[in-house]
Amino acid sequence: MTQADISVELRPKLVGSRVKRTEDPRLLTGTGQYVDDIKLADMVHVAILRSDQPHALIREIRVGDTSSVPGLIGIYDWTDLEGEVRPAIPTSRMKGYYATPYWPLARGKVRYVGEPVVAVVADSRYAAEDALGLIEIDYEPLPFAIRQVDAVREDAPLLHEEAGTNVIVERTFMRGDIEDAIASAPVVVRGQFRMTRKTATSMECRSYLAEYDTRRRALTLWTSSNIPGIIRDALSDALDLPGSRMRVVAPDVGGSFGGKGSLYHEEMLVCLLARKLERPVKYVADRLEELSSSSQAFDQLIDGELAVARDGTFLGLRCDVIGDIGAYSIYPWTGGIEPVQVISFMPGPYKIEHYHGRVRAVLTPKPPTGPYRGVGRPSSTFAMERLIDMAARELGMDPADLRRHNLVSDGEFPYRTAPGIIWDQSAFQQCLAGAREAIGYDGLRVWQEQARAEGRWVGIGISSYAELTGIGSRIAVAPGMPINTGTETAIIRIDSTGAVEASFGIASHGQGLETTLAQVIADELGCAMDDVVVLQGDSSLVPMSSGTYASRSAVIAGGAATQASRALKGKVLRMAAHVMAEPVEDLEAERGWIRSRTSNAGMTFKEVARAVYLQMGTIPRDIREDLTVTETYDPFLGTACSSTHICVAEVDRETFGVRLLKYVVAEDCGRIINPMIVDGQVHGAVAQGIGAALLEEIVYDDEGQLVTASLADYLLPLASDVLDMQIVHIEAELPNNVGGFRGMGEGGTIGAPAAIANAISDALAPLGLGIQTLPATPERLFQLIRPHLNTLEENTK
Amino acid sequence: MTDPVSITVHVNGTAHTRRVEPRLLLSDFLRHELGLTGTHVGCEHGVCGACTVLIDGRSARSCLTLAVMADGQDIETVEAQGTQEDLGRIQRAFRDHHALQCGFCTPGFLMTIADMLRHHPLENDEQIREALSGNLCRCTGYQNIVAAVRELASERGPIE
Repeated sequence: MTQADISVELRPKLVGSRVKRTEDPRLLTGTGQYVDDIKLADMVHVAILRSDQPHALIREIRVGDTSSVPGLIGIYDWTDLEGEVRPAIPTSRMKGYYATPYWPLARGKVRYVGEPVVAVVADSRYAAEDALGLIEIDYEPLPFAIRQVDAVREDAPLLHEEAGTNVIVERTFMRGDIEDAIASAPVVVRGQFRMTRKTATSMECRSYLAEYDTRRRALTLWTSSNIPGIIRDALSDALDLPGSRMRVVAPDVGGSFGGKGSLYHEEMLVCLLARKLERPVKYVADRLEELSSSSQAFDQLIDGELAVARDGTFLGLRCDVIGDIGAYSIYPWTGGIEPVQVISFMPGPYKIEHYHGRVRAVLTPKPPTGPYRGVGRPSSTFAMERLIDMAARELGMDPADLRRHNLVSDGEFPYRTAPGIIWDQSAFQQCLAGAREAIGYDGLRVWQEQARAEGRWVGIGISSYAELTGIGSRIAVAPGMPINTGTETAIIRIDSTGAVEASFGIASHGQGLETTLAQVIADELGCAMDDVVVLQGDSSLVPMSSGTYASRSAVIAGGAATQASRALKGKVLRMAAHVMAEPVEDLEAERGWIRSRTSNAGMTFKEVARAVYLQMGTIPRDIREDLTVTETYDPFLGTACSSTHICVAEVDRETFGVRLLKYVVAEDCGRIINPMIVDGQVHGAVAQGIGAALLEEIVYDDEGQLVTASLADYLLPLASDVLDMQIVHIEAELPNNVGGFRGMGEGGTIGAPAAIANAISDALAPLGLGIQTLPATPERLFQLIRPHLNTLEENTK
Repeated sequence: MTDPVSITVHVNGTAHTRRVEPRLLLSDFLRHELGLTGTHVGCEHGVCGACTVLIDGRSARSCLTLAVMADGQDIETVEAQGTQEDLGRIQRAFRDHHALQCGFCTPGFLMTIADMLRHHPLENDEQIREALSGNLCRCTGYQNIVAAVRELASERGPIE
């Protein structure tokens, strides 16, 4: 190591430190700007009449006496928008797939309760909603199959006749000989697993505001989206506008968790109306609209079978999945995103040679499913981890030991799973060992025996999983999707005042990326963190942007930031070397100062900027370089992020409610940029996993109506439902990408439902019961346990 | 709809007189009439708590309150707690403990906690979690919010 390397290594780094967030002062004082906080001159408001039918033809739309509503500006249905917009079509290279077209308003037919049908524009939202009462729609109801097991049948009524089937995606992944593996295995466990339908439920409802600039014939959409770049490209196609006249901005966004990560009808609608009316048009969903029309998640029926040798070795895995994807294939991800991911990740972090995974994605009259934190893997992990616990019980083995026996171990990386996912190096075994140690696993088993003897239903649950994060251009984030999601561009420039402005295509919506990327830049460029402003969430910043999703931003934008900072630092040092008359290799930059290692010479970034831009003649024009750099990073493959969760749960014998007593997460997310933010992501993701395990459920009745249409019915975890968890960070060998970062925003939601389901199953094991459906609500547990209550009373007598 | 009525509401120490429709929600009045957009609306049915403000010193859902009901009353919103340059004490604790992520629910929590610190014992985590259970946060899992309140409560000491 040279002298220079040592001085760099010894310097305290911002990466790895608990740096307080740049975003906080504005968000804490009410000076943040979410879409609904933006007020433009002459702005008008939209209210939407939505379908109350699950499947019906629109016969006639009648409007009453509009003079009774002062402030009403117009009422629009699909016929008023014909010829002004092309549909968005979520194409994919998947064989046999049918891409359902997306229109801003229902076009002659409705396919779920909540689908937008008529838009009312008025000078206030109050007036617009008044006018909704004037509209009557004559529907001709059509037959429908609301449950996936019915919709998948050949004689089921079709939602999209053009598709000729309700099954618009069908895929199979195979390796080895699964029939033989199952037939010859000494132990085979099987079950049908289901995580019922849920929805992301960010606290800010979806909000959109479009402005049409008549002078430039240009549209700007402010949207509560986490994919403004993808939305810009979609709208550019749909409205036939070049990117120079179609800008999409995501200002402060109040959470997404995937729910704001697809194209929505209303984003198209406000743009069309703004262009038509030549006035700014705002639409903000209320909570009922959010619950009945935002993308939903889960709802796969998973038939799983795991074949195991006597010594615990996993021999083969088979799963057959029917995913209920709702009425449309979501744009741009397709309806394959959730269910296909289930069979892609079903083997998890385990070595399994023989595998057969089949999935069918089925249309039903419900809002489409889309990306939700963890995408497919909460369900696959739930099914797999339950099978493992069932096998452990059958074998009489400790479930932690059975996992240790089968997890991919250090010498075995890179490991190609049966569906073709490649796990680079990640701390699978160390996470399991770390979680065991942190929670005091062996002691807990002793405690559990005592508690059981006192008649308590207490259980310990484990889940291990791996996810593929920071996916580069080698693989589409969604199956067969033609959109590039594998690159990020950073444009970093130092202006004439010495300010550092870094632009990205990502779109932070709570992750604190303005802070973490500034940490990376300040370290790599050698400027002061306070001098860095990170710009994001705006399609006009970089030529191609997509957004923040799929645990990609720290890895890919962090990589782009690193590369661009290094290149820019080279420029700064070369310019400084000239001004200081020092050899460039003697110079080093730190916290905004450029210093020589061999003399006392030094100057600030601001002075370098002045020399480059303002002081004519200081730097000869033939060596002068602008202090701007554009770098695009593509990690090509992705990197594994892994974790083990262990929790302790107790089922109340009176109320059948579940209480979590302890929770530990051990995770390997590579090099940590900001431990405070990483912990926060784990806390929040685990809380959402607790919601999925115990509370949250979207319910449609047999009439196709949404039963859980308010936050009093769709239950989110409260402060009193969750607990303080312990997090163990394990940093194994760093991934082979720029920066050494792994993506970690989703993981908690993947691990928690499985761990909790296993803990509840462990608690109920003396009754011979196990969990196969989540959420494990008190009602569900009561129905599960009730038939056994008599035996139980006999036993306790 | 009925004719607008004149109201005078004292918000963060300033008296505002406006003619409003009787059906206008206090949350909409604050946000759209007065431009105080720090108060957020998350559900409009009183569950999420994002719109929480103080009315005569006690926390209340501004989405379940009509502006006309606030006539003559003192309203305090998040804008009164501090500025970007000079954060208030609760705001500082939130920043120190990373008790916010997307920030949308945060103003509601800040106002609820202002009330709780004045009126609730908050002697242990169970009481703190109970006190916070009327506000929904989807990002933080509450752990760091609880930590911030723990610090604020211990600094305050027992209430009379």
